[in-house]
Amino acid sequence: MDEIDRQIMHATQAGLPLTSEPYQTLAEQLNLSTDEVMRRLSAMQDNGIIRRIGAVPNHYRLGYLFNGMTVWNVPDEQIDELGLKMGQLVFVSHCYHRPRHLPDWPYNLFAMVHGKTQAEVDAQIRICAEILGSANQGYDVLYSTRILKKTGFRSR
Amino acid sequence: MDDIDRNLINTLQNGLPICESPYRQIAVALNITETELLVRLKNLLAEGVLTRFGPLYNAEQMGGALSLAAVKAPAERFEDLAQIINAFPEVAHNYARNHALNMWFVLATETPEQQQHVINAIEMQTGLTVYNLPKIKEYFVNLKLEA
Repeated sequence: MDEIDRQIMHATQAGLPLTSEPYQTLAEQLNLSTDEVMRRLSAMQDNGIIRRIGAVPNHYRLGYLFNGMTVWNVPDEQIDELGLKMGQLVFVSHCYHRPRHLPDWPYNLFAMVHGKTQAEVDAQIRICAEILGSANQGYDVLYSTRILKKTGFRSR
Repeated sequence: MDDIDRNLINTLQNGLPICESPYRQIAVALNITETELLVRLKNLLAEGVLTRFGPLYNAEQMGGALSLAAVKAPAERFEDLAQIINAFPEVAHNYARNHALNMWFVLATETPEQQQHVINAIEMQTGLTVYNLPKIKEYFVNLKLEA
């Protein structure tokens, strides 16, 4: 990532222009050619700096009122295999291995699930538990009750 | 929100193409005009149905550090503590959750050192212990939800 990539990033942190030719609008703002802006955005997308150029919805506004962070205590030696399996479930949006903080936080496998009803999420949690089987040495589900802040990544 | 909005949200979660007239390309696929698409997109953003539209940058690929952290915020100080924590620009998201660890936030910094620095500052300003849970491994990330 060079200085021009950084300029493109800063110019799009608040979002992409909502104009007929957004990359041209961006190019004009930055004094670059449209081709260069498109080429650089494509390159950043190819190497993973940009996950995609897309929309981020507010879960609640789409009716997903039950957003559960399921957290599981599984043996470290099995976690990679189990994490990959959990991540393949269609209702899991994020799945990570994170550190325990013993004694009050024994959980090391995190999977976010989303549903429109409690029953839907309960069923999802049962499927997760089935996948983990005897590797599940305890779990909890933390529901978000309110968004306190959501700005996305910002660099200075 | 009608069916066209729902289609638009689902399509745009998959990503906008990089071409001269990307909105027109999506509009054609949805059988609406580009003007209508842009009006709808602006409305969805203004109404907060979409929190963001644009390139989604991966902080870690840029050499930055991301972490999930949590605190046990006493109920009577909850709002004040949320304000203190949200005031840090490095705090990207913050959610209230139903657990003894009841406030969960994402820290996005340009370096791991800055992450520790922010955690120290939050501990100092709140008087709380910050449970730092940086990911050890990512198995899956897909931010899409069907509208």
